[in-house]
Amino acid sequence: MGFIEDTLIILVTQVFFFVGGWVFFVKKLFRDYEVHHRLVQLIFSVTFSLSCTMFELIIFEILGVLDSSSRYFHWNLVLYVMLFMVIVLIPFYIGYFIVSNIRIVRLQMIRPLTILIWLVYIYLFWKVGDPFPILSPKQGILSIEQGISRIGVIGVTVMALLSGFGAVNYPYTSMAYFMRPVMPSDIQAIEKRLMQTMDMILVKKKRIALAKKGSVVNGPQNTQGSSGIWGMLKTVTTSVSKGTGENIWQLKQEIAALEELSRQLFLEAHDMHIMQERLQWASTFQGKYFNFLGYFFSLYCMWKICISTINIVFDRVGKKDPVTRGMEIAVHWVGINIDVTFWSQHISFFLVGCIVVTSIRGLLLTLTKFFYAISSSKSSDIIVLVLAQIMGMYFVSSVLLMRMNMPAEYRTIITQVLGELQFNFYHRWFDVIFLVSALSSIGFLYLAHKQGPGEAG
Amino acid sequence: MAAFDKVKVIVVGDSGVGKSSLTYLICHHQPINNPSWTVGCSVEVKLHEYKEGTPDQKTYFIELWDIGGSSSHRNTRSVFYNPTHGIILVHDLTNRKSQQNLQKWLAEVINKDGSSKSRVSSFDDFDPEQFVGSTQIPILVIGTKSDLSEEVRTHSHRRSSTIAEECGADEIFLDCRQVRSLAAGSSSAVKLSRFFDKVIERRYHCRDGISPFSDKRRTLASLNPKFYHSD
Repeated sequence: MGFIEDTLIILVTQVFFFVGGWVFFVKKLFRDYEVHHRLVQLIFSVTFSLSCTMFELIIFEILGVLDSSSRYFHWNLVLYVMLFMVIVLIPFYIGYFIVSNIRIVRLQMIRPLTILIWLVYIYLFWKVGDPFPILSPKQGILSIEQGISRIGVIGVTVMALLSGFGAVNYPYTSMAYFMRPVMPSDIQAIEKRLMQTMDMILVKKKRIALAKKGSVVNGPQNTQGSSGIWGMLKTVTTSVSKGTGENIWQLKQEIAALEELSRQLFLEAHDMHIMQERLQWASTFQGKYFNFLGYFFSLYCMWKICISTINIVFDRVGKKDPVTRGMEIAVHWVGINIDVTFWSQHISFFLVGCIVVTSIRGLLLTLTKFFYAISSSKSSDIIVLVLAQIMGMYFVSSVLLMRMNMPAEYRTIITQVLGELQFNFYHRWFDVIFLVSALSSIGFLYLAHKQGPGEAG
Repeated sequence: MAAFDKVKVIVVGDSGVGKSSLTYLICHHQPINNPSWTVGCSVEVKLHEYKEGTPDQKTYFIELWDIGGSSSHRNTRSVFYNPTHGIILVHDLTNRKSQQNLQKWLAEVINKDGSSKSRVSSFDDFDPEQFVGSTQIPILVIGTKSDLSEEVRTHSHRRSSTIAEECGADEIFLDCRQVRSLAAGSSSAVKLSRFFDKVIERRYHCRDGISPFSDKRRTLASLNPKFYHSD
């Protein structure tokens, strides 16, 4: 196939991914917000489309679709555009939106301030590469390796944090062993206490309202008297309303305490409702299936933590990818007679495909949850851009790490395009951060479990 | 103890539209100092003169229950809905989605006795007119952040939201940071006061004949707002 047709095919798939990103943005991410700046939506969809194109090129590499020269060309093109987005475009617009949101900045000052912030960001970005041994010294300044290496560090950190937390959190939420039993009577008891607290708050607020009305009726004789500092002190500590004899300041203190209590009770009731929903879900068929998987996953998590520790302690990095290793085990130990090259291609395609799909889906779900948790109507644009940045870095680094999972003959394209990076360093870095993240997640979940709703009175 | 009768009005809307600022402004006639995310529910009370200026004038307590709007707390906040005598729906004028979501809020409030599974399925065949006709809870729709929306939208007229038209409810646009939005005598203050009068009337003066939750007769009081405000 000629170069033009290959380009056309890639373009069509890119448009397809772009539309997918757009739809995701509108339906899921910006579900509750109105889009004020179309540019944000555009940037997000373009980043998503570029990331999916990268994965698509890997899969084409394995399957041998399209000319290798056109594949190489498109690889370079996609990488350059992606680098431009992640290093130049998105940070610039993040700075622009943050600066526009601050009220005291005048209109003319927005652009120069944004450029200043962007320069500071570039400087910090450059400095990220210093403490890490990621580059051989013979690289130029503006080569693709400089950018990719630094993006790789940040992206691998994010990946390892998410996998560490996910590996621990998944068994915790899906296994019935960890779920505390919650009776409906417990929930009703908490709700009753909550409503009683609200009633108490209401009584006190009504007293204040009546006192204020009484003091207004009694006229302005309260307002003259001491002035200046002594007057302020007097009104703060002893604002006794002359009409009804209420001590307003003390009532306000009591109300503040009661309001804090009502918030705590509400959050406890909320935790109980969540636990009850989880118990209901666990008794469904899907819940039982996930519970079963949860046992396997906890074993996998244990194994992964041990392997990471061993890798770090004994300073070894695996050389063989799982496909070739699996083949060797099958041929030598089990004695199956198989055509290695044929099966290795199909199995790597399957494996890489699974990894790609689950990582895209996993990242999008995590981003959505994160977005719902922290966004507000003012900051939604900024947060979406930050998420697009994280998404770009994440996918670039997963391409980097995926090199490990492919047999040697398919690694060439990645090595060719990404250049002479110290890939081993990234795997080591991933192991370290994964270990740290998994252990601290175990610690946090243990503490949270201890203070769970079962302890409530 | 309070010597006056009370009515309960719940204030609902999406997270971040300005419900806490609004309730504070209504009850204290001052803008709120540092609003933060409402966890659970915060209450304010206001003394309201029912039928002010007439010989029937009587003072009532209006309890405004400002219910936090974050979506993760949906399963727990239904405890605040029952019983309620009036509903204030709040939306953000800079964010059109918050107005569209008011339908879901209304559905959530009336489905409070249903389980969480039924909440989404009944949304599509939810008819605000029928709801209002059957339960006859007065509704008021308020659009906040009117000062910011002038920058965002260029057209000067404001279409009233579909939910206000469907329920036959009054609508107010205001800026919760300005005291003069609810200054005495302004149209917003008049509409608010009319709404409170309607709530009190429905609660205490309609006992003969129709109880608030049972009847589906729509002939009587098909909620034409002008019916109650014939001056």
